[in-house]
This record gives sequence, structure tokens and C-alpha cells, in this order.
Amino acid sequence: MSVDLEIIEPGLATTLQDLGRSGFQRFGISASGVMDPIALATANALVGNKLETAALEITLAGPTLTCAGADIRFALAGADFAIAIDGRPVSSHETHDLKAGQRLSIGTARDGARAVLAVSGGFQVAPMLGSVSTHSRSQLGGLDGGPLRAGDRLPLAAPGLPARPHLMVPPVHRRRTQGPVRVLLGPQDDAFSAEGIATFFASDYTVTALSDRMGCRLEGPRVQHAGAVGIVSDGTVFGSIQIPGNGQPIILLADRQTTGGYPKIATVISADLPRLAQLRPGERVRFQAIEEDVAVQLARDMRERIRRIDASLIEIQRTAAPTSDHLLACNLIGGVISAFD
Amino acid sequence: MSKANDALYAVPRFRRSGDTALTVEVGDGIDADVNARVVDLDRALTERALPGIVEIVPTYRTLLVCFDPVMLSRRDIEAEIMALWPPVAPKGQVRRRWTVPVAYGGDNGMDLDWLAQRLDTTTDEIVARHSAAEYRVYMIGFMPGFAYLGGLDPALHVDRRPEPRLVTPPCSVSVGGQQAAVAPPLAAPSGWHMLGRTPVRSYDPRRTHEPFLFRAGDLLRFHPIAATEFAALERAAEAGAIVAEREELKV
Repeated sequence: MSVDLEIIEPGLATTLQDLGRSGFQRFGISASGVMDPIALATANALVGNKLETAALEITLAGPTLTCAGADIRFALAGADFAIAIDGRPVSSHETHDLKAGQRLSIGTARDGARAVLAVSGGFQVAPMLGSVSTHSRSQLGGLDGGPLRAGDRLPLAAPGLPARPHLMVPPVHRRRTQGPVRVLLGPQDDAFSAEGIATFFASDYTVTALSDRMGCRLEGPRVQHAGAVGIVSDGTVFGSIQIPGNGQPIILLADRQTTGGYPKIATVISADLPRLAQLRPGERVRFQAIEEDVAVQLARDMRERIRRIDASLIEIQRTAAPTSDHLLACNLIGGVISAFD
Repeated sequence: MSKANDALYAVPRFRRSGDTALTVEVGDGIDADVNARVVDLDRALTERALPGIVEIVPTYRTLLVCFDPVMLSRRDIEAEIMALWPPVAPKGQVRRRWTVPVAYGGDNGMDLDWLAQRLDTTTDEIVARHSAAEYRVYMIGFMPGFAYLGGLDPALHVDRRPEPRLVTPPCSVSVGGQQAAVAPPLAAPSGWHMLGRTPVRSYDPRRTHEPFLFRAGDLLRFHPIAATEFAALERAAEAGAIVAEREELKV
């Protein structure tokens, strides 16, 4: 019998994700996959998994989970969420052990929108079309093709605590990048008037509540088309910025449709895609056009950063079996923090 | 050789799609020759198997070439494509032709009666015209296994619905504007007119040896069936059978 991670409360939109499906867009299969690949790599590195191991992507409000059958080690990376083990607050961006039967509650995002919860050893879920990534509209991936629900049980591939130290992400790597979202113009910037392009780069756009894993819908000054609003449908990428007839930009994301018929004014550079995952409804974004060679260099830098994630983590000392003194100290600290909240 | 088609570009037009993709536009509009060139370029570039090309997505008139910018530059890909230009279909090529059974009208095709009224004709006439044509699969997109078809009888060209439906039945066979389509076994929003349903599952991930049936460049015809036959074929398709007929034609 398998040892499972049980979902007590599913949270707002908790899905199993890895790096997504590659090679099937020609058959209409959305790539899907984790929205913030740096968060996936970081969470996996913390618990000692391969960086691309499937994990739970958590959005704005997280799930409550337990594992009755074994102790497990976990870590959250990406957005900063309130986390508690049996009601005791613990930090994200570091490893913790969840003892058998304890309850892990992931609250709301305090900064950013999405985090990744990795469990040591990962999950035992059969891939579909080369990936376990959940794509709800295609009913693909995850346990049954959709987000996790209360009562779902995710079988663990290697339950138990790994024999390795507890680790944390250095604070410098937890900060969200500020500044404009960088793009390359095209593929259909010629479908917009000079005024439309000027508006697009000079304006602040607000992320609307209609945003999801398919698209980040923005609201702001109308981007004017040069002529017809439609194009003959063509392929889309993660980061394509399409402008429908109402002139309001939509950034296409991991779960986007494979093809689209609205002109795409610009494309977010690959190095800035993880930032899109962290945009919260109500937040404002501005776009900046950069040169292609700069974008390629930034892509290299991001790859290098992911390659060095293991080396960047810091070992933390934590007693294996908490003493009553330790528990008392935790409670005291928790009390002090809540007094200031 | 047939007369030159103005829709075909003399040289491809390259459109940058970020730092990890390139859109290669080979012609103008929705046109069989343009789409054939997309299919030929897709084949030629796929055969080159350049390290760093992640995936290629053929559509009506473009190829989306997704690549790893650390391994390969956009300029490298453009040079490769120019070296292959114009792509030529290999000799002795096999073309697939599908015959897809359709149960027209009633609950299976909720817009058939409306369309007959709109066109001032009979439902039989619409079914006859729709199932007499030979279609070309232009692309698979929008959702898994959703086939966009060209070749619809001009008498059946009707504008799309002003308000799309939020949900249409799985496996719907529909028309919209000058196009026709076959939907996969998934409910989907659509502004097209639903003529019928097919028991054929154009996409089924449980059919592991062949999860997708159609691809760009295939030919396709529809064959009317009765509701009773539909039920039997649907059961067979559920069990994994491909209930469409497939011919391989030498070109």
C-alpha cells in the first residue's frame, strides 16, 4: 500500500506541475507546466530532489495537508506564504519535517502569488504525454486531470526523512525582481499603430482578477491597432502579449491555447517569465522593450542561476527531536510575532 | 505546373516571437497551397533535427519554431530555413485520407435546423453538401486534437454566432465562416454552428499508441450515419477503437 500525502483542504488552485509537455503543441496540447520554474527548482533543491521533479503549485491561498503513513520533509519556494505545522508558524524558503499525522497548513500569499511545495522524493504519479503537469481544460495530468480536491491522496515516491541537513534559501534570492517586465517586440507589432505601441510602453497596466494560468489579463490605456484586429491564427508561446479588439493586453501563460487569432504586439523575455507567475490581481506592470542579444544573455544568466541553486543554499542547524525548551522558545517567538501583527 | 499562386511568398517572412521562438510566415491568408508549404517546411526542418530546436508548431500559414537560445540563435534558424527554401515534398509521399462518420441533427447537431432555415434549404441538402466535400486539415489547435478544416462548400458559408456558446458538446462537427471543424471528446466554448457529432475521438490520451488521429495536410471526408450506428461506434471508440476509416494515398 502506498504512503500518501492527503489533501484536507485544497486551497484556491493547487495543481501538480513539472516542467510541462513539450512537443505536443502541434496537436493542440497546451504546454502547461509550472508557472515559476525557479521556484520549482529551488523547492526541489531544498529537499534534495532533481530540480525538475513534479511538485505542488499553490496560488494565493494554499492547501492543508497531512501524511498519516510517514514523516516527510518539505519546502516551499516562490511567493512568501504563511505556513504552520499543527498551528505553529514556520518559514517558507527552508526545509521542515512534517511528522506522521501532523497537519501542514499553507495560508495566504504575503508577497507574490504562487509558490511551489516540494516533498522529498516527489510523488508517484503516472505521466501523461510525457508529463504529470495538470492542464484542467484538457483533463490532463495531476491525479484526474484537474486541480487537487479535498480528500485527494497523492502517493509519495519515497516517504520518510532524507539523511541530509536542513537547508534555507539565502534572503537575497527570495526578493522579487522589481522594475518593468522586459519584452522583445513582435511577432505582430506591425498590426499596431505607432501611437498604439507608444501607449503600450508608456502606460501602467493593472492585473485583473480574471487572470489565471491561461492568461494574465491587464487593464489600462487602450492599445490601438493599425487595421484589422484579427490575424490568421498562429502559434503562441509562454509570454506572448496579445491585444484583442478592446485594446487591453493579455499575457499568455503556461496553460494558454496553442494557437490564437489576435495580433501579438510583443513577447516577454524568457528570463522574466518567472516574474509573471508572481503578479497579484491589482498589481501594476509596465513593459520595456530590450534588445535581443540582451534577452539571450539574461536567458543564459537564468540558466546559470538554476544550475547553481544547490550551491547557493545555506545549511541551518535544527535539533532533530525538538526538546520542550525548543518548543517553548517557538511558542514564545510565535506569541511575540502575533502581538505585532 | 499550375499557375503561380499569389498567396505564396517568394521568400519566408521571419517574425520574432521572443528570445525562444521564431514565427516563419510562408504566405497570405487561408490557402491550401500556402498550408502545403507549411507542411513541407515542417517536414524538411524536422528532418534536419537541429540540436536546440525544441518543437515546431505548424499552423495555417506559419511555422512556430521554438528553440533554446543558449544552444541556437534565431539567425542560425533563419539561415537553415533559407538553405531549405523552397521546401519540396519528397517523391512517393503518402497522404492520408480519413472518412469520419457523423450523426447529423437533433441533439447531436443542435444548429442543423437553424442553418437550414437560415439558408432557405432542407437539412438533407446541408448534410448532402457537407458530406460530399473533401476537406484539408489545415491545423490542429485551440484544444487537443481540434482539427481546423478547409474546403467547405461555399453554399454553407455562414458567419459565426455573435455570442459564442460557453459550452458545446464533445466530438462536435461544426462550421463557421468558410471553415469546418472536428472537435475532440472535450466540451469547449465555440461560436460555430453545430451540425452533428462523430463517435471518432480525434484525441484520446488513453489510446497510447495513437493519442492523436489527424495532422495538418491530411484529407478528410464526412459520412452520415444513423443514431443507432453512432451509439455502437461510440462504444467501440470508448474501448479504444479508431472508428474512422483511413486510406493512404500515393501522391
